[in-house]
Amino acid sequence: MSEQILERRVGIRGWLLQPNPRGRTQATAQQLYKNWQRFCGYPLGLVGLAIIVLLIVVAICAPLLTSYDPIAQNMANRLAAPSWEHLLGTDEFGRDVFSRIVYGARTTLYIIMLVAVIVAPIGLLIGTCAGYFGGWVDEILMRVTDVFLSFPGLVLALGFAAALGPGITNAIIAISLTAWPPIARLARAETLSLRKADFIAAVRLQGASAWSIILRHILPMCVPSVIVRITLNMASVILTAAGLGFLGLGAVPPSPEWGAMASSGREFMIESPWVIAAPGIAIALVSLAFNLFGDALRDVLDARGSE
Amino acid sequence: MIDVRNLVVRLGSPPQAVVKRVSFSVETGGSYGLVGESGCGKSTVLRAISGLNPDYRGEIEIGGKVLSPVRPKEFYRSVQMVFQDPYGSLHPRKTIGAQLLEPLRNQRLPRSREAVFEALTSVGLNPELRYRFPHQLSGGQRQRVAIARALILEPQVLLLDEPTSALDVSVQAEILNLLNELREKRGLTYLLVSHDLAVIAHMCDRVGVMQAGQIVEEVEADRLRAGTLEHPYSRLLLEASQQYGGSTEEPLTMNGAA
Repeated sequence: MSEQILERRVGIRGWLLQPNPRGRTQATAQQLYKNWQRFCGYPLGLVGLAIIVLLIVVAICAPLLTSYDPIAQNMANRLAAPSWEHLLGTDEFGRDVFSRIVYGARTTLYIIMLVAVIVAPIGLLIGTCAGYFGGWVDEILMRVTDVFLSFPGLVLALGFAAALGPGITNAIIAISLTAWPPIARLARAETLSLRKADFIAAVRLQGASAWSIILRHILPMCVPSVIVRITLNMASVILTAAGLGFLGLGAVPPSPEWGAMASSGREFMIESPWVIAAPGIAIALVSLAFNLFGDALRDVLDARGSE
Repeated sequence: MIDVRNLVVRLGSPPQAVVKRVSFSVETGGSYGLVGESGCGKSTVLRAISGLNPDYRGEIEIGGKVLSPVRPKEFYRSVQMVFQDPYGSLHPRKTIGAQLLEPLRNQRLPRSREAVFEALTSVGLNPELRYRFPHQLSGGQRQRVAIARALILEPQVLLLDEPTSALDVSVQAEILNLLNELREKRGLTYLLVSHDLAVIAHMCDRVGVMQAGQIVEEVEADRLRAGTLEHPYSRLLLEASQQYGGSTEEPLTMNGAA
């Protein structure tokens, strides 16, 4: 791209494409904009992003979008077919399925956000420490990681959820416990390749402490691939959460949760398929969206793929 | 300024001596070159002096003090290093300005805009570049940034690990001349490692020729320029460089002599 052409552009686009950034904010914004431009080259990724944005908007605006209380029962009108009054029909207690799907988006978002917030720092910290310090620190941290990795995720989550008792918070803890090891592995692998890099040697020669090297120089380098990894993991987190809900170990009954909704809809699958189809489609759609988004993000950030 | 006595470094498993009883000294304001083919241990000597590899035996003395293998924080204010590959020695995700402030932060020195301005202009770069990322600069510009970063702590000793071998020839000359200017202006002491005899001849007063972990010959740079070396290995090295380098390296050598 020739710089003269870009320089003539004005406004926010001009500011974003200016060859000589005038401040740190502008420099960072320019990098983000460049990545965004590249992301736009992935239509499927955009579709994924659109669905995720939709999920967030729906979760935030839930009361505005629904005219029924998601837990209000109306036994007179149970298992009603979809109509203008009840867009997706009603379930076996006469609750509006559309309202429950919309409020269920809140539950799902709540779970994945908390899992991401818990898992990313733990995985990053354990992985970078193991990779940077090496030796016995590496041995101990990685053997612990191996123990967690050696169980299938869902089984481990089931075990924890069963031990801790049902409930969304416990489901989140259970899922987080199974989701951090791959992040730690990834961060460790990245750190091993960075540890010998000259730019890390240069920082060591400035007298920086090991912690400041890990936190300020190595960690930022691992963040993009960890973000990609977590985004791709979101699909399995959603499925695990739904699975726990389905088995009665997730959200407690009256509260709307897609997995639990699918579970209770199972009984009426033949006569009233909408009760199970709606949450099923919602789960599939959101998992797919995170996968599409994560794939595109990986290509844009040029991070090494999954293990 | 720099005194290295009986330096032995063992690397690998099983450990093998890569540097075998190397001794040399560089006076204050001097410029000493270590030359030799790749794998002869010259960079290992540099890493031991810099503190990157604390696993050595022998004595390293800088500014009259014998150093402990694990260096105190203050040590790095007096000794800094410039790496071979300017593409690998700058953090890819930090702006130039942020990277220049990093040494000051690590040494708990006051950080200021002026320091960055000063550092960039002193190496002949436009201060406007401070908000760029390394990948937006050329190789020569990056190496200048790396030099600026090393000099921002105002060290007395600069360790140079093949500072120009990753650059193309025209840029090489610029960087070498910049380094010579900075040495004169700031009274720096250089220890330069290179496999390129022309670079050494241009930059150094004294030269140690290394082979298989040992210094086989130590001469004044004048003798290197004149081509009167004694040890058979040094002569071999000189011959090889003359055959290989040809016309592109000649002017450099002439400049250095003048």
